[in-house]
Amino acid sequence: MSANFLDRFRAVLLAILFAACFAVPALAGPFEDAVAKFANDDFSDTDEAIGAVATSGNPLAFPIISALQDGRLSADPDTKKVFVTGADGKIIDAATGAAVDKLPDNAAAVRLNNRLRRAVEAALGGLTLLSPDPAKRIAAAQSVFKSHDENALPVIDGALAKETNKAVKAAFTEARAAILLYKSDATELEKLEAVAVIKARGDQEAMALLTGLGSDLPPNVARAVTTAIASIQSNLQMWSMVQNAWYGLSLGSVLLLAAIGLAITFGVMGVINMAHGEMVMIGAYTTFVVQEVIRTRYPGLFDYSLLIAVPLAFLVAGAIGVLIERGIIRFLYGRPLETLLATWGLSLVLQQAVRTMFGPTNREVGNPSWMSGAFELGQITITYNRLWILCFTLAVFVILLAMLRYTALGLEMRAVTQNRRMAASMGIATSRVDALTFGLGSGIAGIAGVALSQIDNVSPNLGQSYIIDSFMVVVFGGVGNLWGTLVGAFTLGIANKFLEPVAGAVLGKIAILVLIILFIQKRPRGLFALKGRAVEA
Amino acid sequence: MTPHVLTRSLDRSATIFLVVVAALGVLIPLSNLLMPAGSALQVPTYLVALFGKYACYAILALSIDLIWGYCGILSLGHGAFFALGGYAMGMYLMRQIGSRGVYGNPILPDFMVFLNYPSLPWYWYGFDMFWFAAVMVLVVPGLLAFCFGWLAFRSRVTGVYLSIITQAMTYALLLAFFRNDFGFGGNNGLTDFKDILGFNVQADGTRAALFALSCLALILTFLICRAVVTSKLGKVLIAIRDAESRTRFLGYRVESYKLFVFTLSACMAGVAGALYVPQVGIINPSEFAPGNSIEAVIWVAVGGRGTLVGAALGAVVVNYAKTFFTSGPLAPYWLFMLGALFILVTLLLPKGIVGTFNAWRESRKATEAANAESAALEDGVGEPKPAE
Repeated sequence: MSANFLDRFRAVLLAILFAACFAVPALAGPFEDAVAKFANDDFSDTDEAIGAVATSGNPLAFPIISALQDGRLSADPDTKKVFVTGADGKIIDAATGAAVDKLPDNAAAVRLNNRLRRAVEAALGGLTLLSPDPAKRIAAAQSVFKSHDENALPVIDGALAKETNKAVKAAFTEARAAILLYKSDATELEKLEAVAVIKARGDQEAMALLTGLGSDLPPNVARAVTTAIASIQSNLQMWSMVQNAWYGLSLGSVLLLAAIGLAITFGVMGVINMAHGEMVMIGAYTTFVVQEVIRTRYPGLFDYSLLIAVPLAFLVAGAIGVLIERGIIRFLYGRPLETLLATWGLSLVLQQAVRTMFGPTNREVGNPSWMSGAFELGQITITYNRLWILCFTLAVFVILLAMLRYTALGLEMRAVTQNRRMAASMGIATSRVDALTFGLGSGIAGIAGVALSQIDNVSPNLGQSYIIDSFMVVVFGGVGNLWGTLVGAFTLGIANKFLEPVAGAVLGKIAILVLIILFIQKRPRGLFALKGRAVEA
Repeated sequence: MTPHVLTRSLDRSATIFLVVVAALGVLIPLSNLLMPAGSALQVPTYLVALFGKYACYAILALSIDLIWGYCGILSLGHGAFFALGGYAMGMYLMRQIGSRGVYGNPILPDFMVFLNYPSLPWYWYGFDMFWFAAVMVLVVPGLLAFCFGWLAFRSRVTGVYLSIITQAMTYALLLAFFRNDFGFGGNNGLTDFKDILGFNVQADGTRAALFALSCLALILTFLICRAVVTSKLGKVLIAIRDAESRTRFLGYRVESYKLFVFTLSACMAGVAGALYVPQVGIINPSEFAPGNSIEAVIWVAVGGRGTLVGAALGAVVVNYAKTFFTSGPLAPYWLFMLGALFILVTLLLPKGIVGTFNAWRESRKATEAANAESAALEDGVGEPKPAE
């Protein structure tokens, strides 16, 4: 694979070179003289030529040296002309880059011995340090940092002097420090400076580099290394905390998304909807259907698929919710245990219906381009889909909160929650409010399904995996209070992720469940409990 | 002569139930063992094992009815007690395999050899003795129920909250038992049993005996449940079910009553699990799945909660339907039916089969009485009705 990659890399470079060399007329100079030395068929001349070409900074240097490595560099001893046969069979004049139709008859491949092969390898490593692409320069610097090969030092020094890009410069400095640290004849001062540079880098690799040092260090350096290791360790610990916190927030946002609809149906209405998870699943399948339609009919709209799916999922799941409320749940008000059983049965029916329609296997839901990928923040990687889901969850939460607070329906919902009979006496159509509230809760579950389809498998069992967690969040956070759900979800998410590295994923989850069961003993009505007479009713 | 505590106030349906179970428990094993194979009167061995399974489910249903029907505690985690009893029995059966396992290790069960256990974990000690395993079948579920109930009832966690945390409990156990390093065989569970008390578990005679034992256990469980619900204790339980706060204010220690009946019920579920495992030949963590526990609750709802006979009947009827439909061409529709059963029973038949039947019989009696009264009134013999 790496050979393949290297070939392609060379081909690309060659292509760039052709363009560059035709534009700039070649002048006789040190580079041309150096190239000519390849034609002498003398090992020490070749060695000098390799060094001179590699440090020339000429764009032809890389193809020449790599051709030399592969035996594709040939020279005509009479004219002292050197030719590069590209991997694709095209021949160019090594000194000028001009295309040549065919090799002269007496041209022979430039020979190498083992010592020269090593020189070629070192030169090639150094040459990528001079690559025009900054990303490649950084990658090369990283590999030098890891190998801390002394031979690369002159190249690094040369490259460092010419470098203008800040990030690349930092990478070069770190690579140089790594080399100096391991170089036996470096001065104590140089080593101390090197330790400081590596300490500033502060990641896992820096740690590995420092701990890999032998014990034969000058005492001052050894002391500096010890403190540097300690500081990197605490730095890494800090970042792993940050990482856990981020994972926790991410898990919390997923929990919140799954639980927030439940907080409305269970929390506000007091209805146990065991089919809540299936509403999430229906939302996810709505996303799947939307994407299928877009794929077959309007492929250009794929990036907008989620924007289209969100309102659709809300409507589909919400409509099913209203149907459930009108068809089943309204007959069971005041009988919570029966509601639980009936909605559980409903969840079986919905799961099986989806299984019959879409098959039992996972369905593929794609990430739009703006949801895929990741970026680095310090030592942690943040994926865009998790970040968007966090933002989306908070947006849904805020909208829902505003809806409950400022709209007429929200006002009616709160009134019915607080005192159903009084609300009815005031002329509120409580049964209509019930249906709409249940529809709202289900619709939000549907929206959650759209988001969860981006990070989870879309299968008929999707909802089941969230239902117990969602109930835990609502019960922990306290019934009838959206803020409780928010705090509950993020607390559980973060606690889970901080327990995971200590206890393992499954034991962490079990510990959380046990803690919640114990917590309920202490505060049977959750973190943010409603107070007053309505609670006991 | 005062009737014995176990037979006190056995009404007609209870007597019929006991006679039927006892008859089946004797006749089916006899028919299986004595009649020639293939004869019309012979019950095939696979059916004996199947009926044995139903009997265990019936015991589980009774244990749920005892707390749900008579005390209003809806446990969605009774499958956990059932499975724990099953695991205790499974551990005994695993130890009985001895050196006949695939790896031939005389002490360690196969999965432990496979997972490189250096020695037997401490919690497996003693399970080579049947009496110890039998005690554990009662103690482990009972202890868990006691601790769980003590915490829950003392802090007055009731209603759906209790249901949800019992579900969380069985879910946590499901996750735990799925782990390989938990020492119970991970997701493969315990299987490949050979002997129980020296008898081959696959043999016809053993299966017939296990079936008869399951029927006996069903009868005993039923009698214990009857004894509890017809005693004064049972009256208090019903009072708790109908008005918990009022019962507390009358001076009863509600949580003690609940704790007692919850623990008793968990022990019964454990016995059901212990009898179930040798008959099906495997116990694995999927028995802890929350869905199983809820399914057991619906058996009770179908049969009629608060009737005991109905719970056992519901378990048999629903499971027979399950066997019938899942083995035929209708298999893909079974979940639709089960789901519809949940919905229809709660909406249309809240008292279940037996409860509805009882209500119908009583209303007929009442009409008959009223008819007789009005007939008597027309004859001018009866007292005139007071004005409404």
